[in-house]
Amino acid sequence: MNTDNLKDKRREFIKASALLAGGMLFNQFSFAGGHSSADDTIRIALIGCGDRGTGAAFQALSTTANVKLVAMADAFQDRMDSSYKALSEKFKQKVDVPKERMFTGFDAYLKAIALADVVLLTTPPGFRPLHFEEAVKQGKHIFMEKPVAVDAPGIRKVLAAAEIAKQKKLNVVVGLQRRYQTNYREALKRIQDGAIGEVFAGQVYWNSGGVWVKKRQPNQTEMEYQMRNWYYFNWLCGDHIVEQHVHNIDIANWVKGSYPVSVQGTGSRAWRTGKDYGEIYDNHSVELTYADGSVIHSQCRHFEGTANRVDESFQGTKGKVFLSGGNQAILWDHAGKELYRHPAKGNANPYQTEHDELFAAIAKGEYKFWDAERGAKSCFTSIIGRYATYSGQTIRWDEALRAENSLMPDQLSWTAQPKVLPDENGLYPIPMPGKTKVI
Amino acid sequence: MERNKRRILTLVLLINSFFCTGQQKLESYRQQIDGTPLSFTMQAVPAGEFQMGSSKGKADEKPLHLVKLDAFWMATFELSWDLYEPFLYKDFEISHSTSKVPEQVDAVTRPTKPYLDMTFGMGKENHPALAMTHYNAIQYCKWLYARTGVFYRLPTEAEWEYACRAGSAEEYAFGDESQLGEYAWYKGNSGGKTHETGKKKPNQWGIYDLYGNVAEWTYDQYLPGFYALPKASLRNPLAPPEQLYAHVIRGGSYDDEAKDLRSAARLASDPSWKQLDPQIPKSNWWFPEAPFIGMRLVRPAKAPSKAEIDAYYDQPVIPDY
Repeated sequence: MNTDNLKDKRREFIKASALLAGGMLFNQFSFAGGHSSADDTIRIALIGCGDRGTGAAFQALSTTANVKLVAMADAFQDRMDSSYKALSEKFKQKVDVPKERMFTGFDAYLKAIALADVVLLTTPPGFRPLHFEEAVKQGKHIFMEKPVAVDAPGIRKVLAAAEIAKQKKLNVVVGLQRRYQTNYREALKRIQDGAIGEVFAGQVYWNSGGVWVKKRQPNQTEMEYQMRNWYYFNWLCGDHIVEQHVHNIDIANWVKGSYPVSVQGTGSRAWRTGKDYGEIYDNHSVELTYADGSVIHSQCRHFEGTANRVDESFQGTKGKVFLSGGNQAILWDHAGKELYRHPAKGNANPYQTEHDELFAAIAKGEYKFWDAERGAKSCFTSIIGRYATYSGQTIRWDEALRAENSLMPDQLSWTAQPKVLPDENGLYPIPMPGKTKVI
Repeated sequence: MERNKRRILTLVLLINSFFCTGQQKLESYRQQIDGTPLSFTMQAVPAGEFQMGSSKGKADEKPLHLVKLDAFWMATFELSWDLYEPFLYKDFEISHSTSKVPEQVDAVTRPTKPYLDMTFGMGKENHPALAMTHYNAIQYCKWLYARTGVFYRLPTEAEWEYACRAGSAEEYAFGDESQLGEYAWYKGNSGGKTHETGKKKPNQWGIYDLYGNVAEWTYDQYLPGFYALPKASLRNPLAPPEQLYAHVIRGGSYDDEAKDLRSAARLASDPSWKQLDPQIPKSNWWFPEAPFIGMRLVRPAKAPSKAEIDAYYDQPVIPDY
């Protein structure tokens, strides 16, 4: 990791900039956009004030860094209000967001980003490429939630901006929090040291009972309805293979140290077929094939009343490993002898750790985090999985990455039409393998 | 319910036959959930008195004090996922009911669907439901009331310990620690996971798994000094739950050492068990880092009034930041 301490450079720069007029030198330094407030306060803008965004802001404000929330943006006023209430009650001194720094609507992000040193990008994932690109353009440090995009054009945008973020030395943390969770870090250290040999197979799961659903309300435009019930629309969510299962697929890529060259699989709407459930599938089962020929099986489903599991297993030439977000990590050799068992109790909260580490680096003027590229590539693995289950075809990474069809509506406003619309019975067109074209 | 369990249960019913409580005679019984294939059994627990706490235990278990209790029934087994899931998943409940779900069930608020797999890979069928919050456990009782018309609730802390002791005054109802493995799944024999309920020996009153497997919610607020207060020695004592933290959990779990399974051992619920919930407000329904907590039903012998029942189930929700 790059641990250059840029603080001294920054001090020099601030001194210099007091003498020099204009911003000509700005791009030479990592703190060009950030940290220009008079004192050392790190100013935060929250873009996306839902329950997860509010949670992320709680974590940012719980770090030991000298931070202040100065701006908030959301599509909806009511989400802004409930988020502000929770934040201002809990962190009185650290929340300084008067009405004029609360922005609502589709372009709210533009104004909020401009007011901050660090931005938290936590809207539904469909907007992430747009927001990330803008935050990088404005030279901000970034925490962004997973997924970072929902289609190939979005991924390309994120990869391009990730390159610029590197050049500008902007710290970027992606909310794939298993990367910041102790059991995973301990296990991966051992796997990378060869404890279980070469990994040739694995199984990763997100099989659960599903998530929330918001019913259509009278007087909602189609755009507002889809924005409220966003989980069930691909331009916003990417399907649950992207929105949730990316966590487990990211572990597969981490363990393999690479990304699949091709993906094939199958999926459907077996159970969740009503009009409240938009267009997404409720199950996907896919194979991720890597350049060395190894295959990782990935399975995700939202079924009620079935056996559930959310975890990852891998088999290597010398042993095997079991991992889960519930702080579990167990490694065995081939004889079944336990090599390592991570203690399940007393672990740090990974959602807090990712902010602690990010803000510590920013406060010290260090450039330590460039998660955007790997985050985008793991998200893209999930997206290819969806391309495979929707089309029924084997999808190659390189081809898929060139795909042109964007899911994003041509226009973003409350009266504009999303690309996928309900029929007269309120039902949406459902992807059909063998028929649906994804690329 | 599986045949094996039923056989044990019949035996237990014969041994226990009934208890007399003043004029009232309680008998153990089976509760059907009409319109479903589900049922569960309740053991009669006689009115009586006992010395609550332990002079050998931790500070919060002292002082020993005399407690008198009215009669009640306590569930033979910890609540299983089989009985819990129809509450968790409304569509699942509808699809698994043989007749129309009663209308009053609609008024019951359902848990948010858990973000993680709350079985944590430990198994579902006949395994105890787990990781639910105190609020969730009470709302389950409300759902069950809507389905059965019978008032079920959580045990008070005193009821739990009384039922666990079943007349014994020692650290464990069955004798000393060396026999613990015959009665309980705990760290020493669990393999780090829950097991099907009812696989170990029951206590003297026919109740299984009070020690170990999952630790169990009681209704009480956890107050470390509560036993020294005069109200701890009132008839049917209770530390009313007014704050979100902490509540008392009893019995120890598959993940606990023997000493934490003792009849008097108390555990306090902890906000850190929600740290893996990434949202604000945090879920009122789940403790993602407490896969060791479950619940057990109680029914008081004297049914409360409708107003009292409503007051029990409909307490204001305390947001968790």
